[in-house]
Amino acid sequence: MKMNRFAECGNWVLDRFPVTKFWNEHMAHYYAPKNFNFWYFFGSLALLVLVNQFITGILLTMNYKPDAKLAFDSVEYIMRDVSWGWLVRYMHSTGASAFFIVIYLHMFRGIMYGSFKKPRELIWIFGMLLFVCLMAEAFMGYLLPWGQMSYWGAQVIISLFSAIPVIGDDLSLWVRGDYVVSDATLNRFFAFHVIAVPLALVMLVFMHIVALHEFGSNNPDGIEIKDSKDPWGHPVDGIPLHPYYTVKDIVGVAVFLIFFATVIFYMPEMGGYFLEHANFIPADPMKTPEHIAPVWYFTPFYAILRAIPDKFAGVIGMGGAIVVLFLLPWLDRNPVRSIRYRGGVYKKALALFVISFLVLGYLGTQPATPSATIVARIFTAIYFGFFLLMPIYTRWEKTKPLPKQLTDQLELEDQLPVLIATLDEMTELKPTTSEIGDPAFRSNFFNRRPNAEGILNVVSRLAKKVIGSLD
Amino acid sequence: MKTFIITLLLSLTLSFGAQGSEGIKLQKANIDIADNISLLRGAKYFVTYCLGCHSAKHMRYLRIAHDLGTDEKVMLKDIAPEGASIYDQLHSAMNKHDAEKWFGTQPPDLSLIARSRGADWLYSYLKSYYTDPKRPFGVNNLIFEDTAMPNPLWQLQGEQHATQRKTIWGHYTELVLQEEGLLSENEFDRMVNDLVNFLVYVGEPVQLERQKMGKYVLFFLFIFLIISYLLKKEYWKDVHH
Repeated sequence: MKMNRFAECGNWVLDRFPVTKFWNEHMAHYYAPKNFNFWYFFGSLALLVLVNQFITGILLTMNYKPDAKLAFDSVEYIMRDVSWGWLVRYMHSTGASAFFIVIYLHMFRGIMYGSFKKPRELIWIFGMLLFVCLMAEAFMGYLLPWGQMSYWGAQVIISLFSAIPVIGDDLSLWVRGDYVVSDATLNRFFAFHVIAVPLALVMLVFMHIVALHEFGSNNPDGIEIKDSKDPWGHPVDGIPLHPYYTVKDIVGVAVFLIFFATVIFYMPEMGGYFLEHANFIPADPMKTPEHIAPVWYFTPFYAILRAIPDKFAGVIGMGGAIVVLFLLPWLDRNPVRSIRYRGGVYKKALALFVISFLVLGYLGTQPATPSATIVARIFTAIYFGFFLLMPIYTRWEKTKPLPKQLTDQLELEDQLPVLIATLDEMTELKPTTSEIGDPAFRSNFFNRRPNAEGILNVVSRLAKKVIGSLD
Repeated sequence: MKTFIITLLLSLTLSFGAQGSEGIKLQKANIDIADNISLLRGAKYFVTYCLGCHSAKHMRYLRIAHDLGTDEKVMLKDIAPEGASIYDQLHSAMNKHDAEKWFGTQPPDLSLIARSRGADWLYSYLKSYYTDPKRPFGVNNLIFEDTAMPNPLWQLQGEQHATQRKTIWGHYTELVLQEEGLLSENEFDRMVNDLVNFLVYVGEPVQLERQKMGKYVLFFLFIFLIISYLLKKEYWKDVHH
């Protein structure tokens, strides 16, 4: 009797509010390709990290003071005197870096499988807008602890505006609200970080997903699953997002959280990359640190900025490095989406691009010595070459024939035996000693040692495979 | 093409090799923040030798007593300065105005010094003072040249002199104990190590707790991973690839 009342109440709401319809359209009856691989975890993980940043961020604002005199101390207060404050702060600071790791992998997936291509250009554009917002959010959030790196990093980046001819100086003054980064800057950055940019992020995430669900996800084979349907009108190679991908993404979440928790509990500074050492010194406008480096996720763009000799040209270069990403759907002239069926030219170009991104990222953390600058210039050229030469080299490509349906691929778990066998080949048992001679002990994983010959075999096989796959 | 790549790689290694050789090699501190006895000794040294000029304002005597398993009364009697309350933060008695008059700068708060400088740097710094008549306090430091801080531990360590040594790789400076202090070299090393150990603890008092908790969190997540994986396998068994 009581249950009926309860159900009636539920139905009353459902009759008036289209929860069921929404759920079915976007989850239970929304068909996704069945061959998503490792690279497809990062969309849902980005959402998870976003939620993490929202919750921990709200908790942090409850004790943080956006005031140049109080900010630094209030962060330490959170770390020491607020119950669980340290955990909340580390979740937020680690979450910021995790966000960029997840987003960079998510973007790389899009580039690799051509997810930005017709008809999904807008998804890519919204995603890029999200990326820009995320960078703004991270940059402004980094000022809030008011440490030396917060302060001088902001000082350097805002001063870039002054390189713009004619309006530059007034513009940077307008952004800071003062002649140097000061309390006024801190307050407005707090406002942007806590409310303005997060609102934009949420709206863009919504648009990103709405645009995605209009055409459905791309997949590692880069073909449309809607091209072959069963008699009931469902894609043959599609499975409902819920429950198949919800349960699968939970596995991804578990693996991600293991890494995330390891950083939070055992290495929250991540060797000075997630929390920079100099940021444990309160901001001092009179003392410039010897070496100003942005946090790791900005370093590729920072390296491009420094590589270009002229300041204004450097700013254009740094901005351009992001703008070219927006243009990707129109730069890539090849209709084949997935890397699996594309030509060797593109595979090699993409590999060079990844290398240049990583090298630039490393160089951005290092002081700009003359030889490092030369290296940075070469890789800046490669970075832009990947995009700007794309309309040319994507035409030369000899692509492979596309399959009609999704192809069979080994799941990660199916490859486990192979992986174990490889590990077996790379190691050998330690010679037994008289004390620990029983066979049960010998099979112990920890009782093995690397085997040079085996490692060489595996590496050469891997190298051959990589080189072979580049054609 | 090949020579180009090799030049590129070489210039990479060169640029980063140059980075490492500039700094003076730091001595390694032996940090163990689970060693409460060492931390208590360090706290005592801190109050005796550092607190005169440096505060550690993010730390309270109560927290130290709790974390290091000491009685509050013992804390007040043996470690905290005369007249301090257990709820007080580790404030210095020296005021800002005097400090700037005497040292030309305000001695920094040391709550986070171990996180910004690192334990090895602090350990080496405190051991690397040498006599230099050109400096206002008569001492200079090998690790931090022209430091504004006089050597607070000179009576314990004794006086060190800097001598230039020449090797095939170039010049380097060596510090030689000229006048013996109150402590032997080993005793002094242990004392500085205790002090640095305490500073590492003060930098992040929660670190032991966080590491202890991490084990349980990771254990839970592994169990969660296994269950979620089995759930996924169950759902996916009728999806054919």
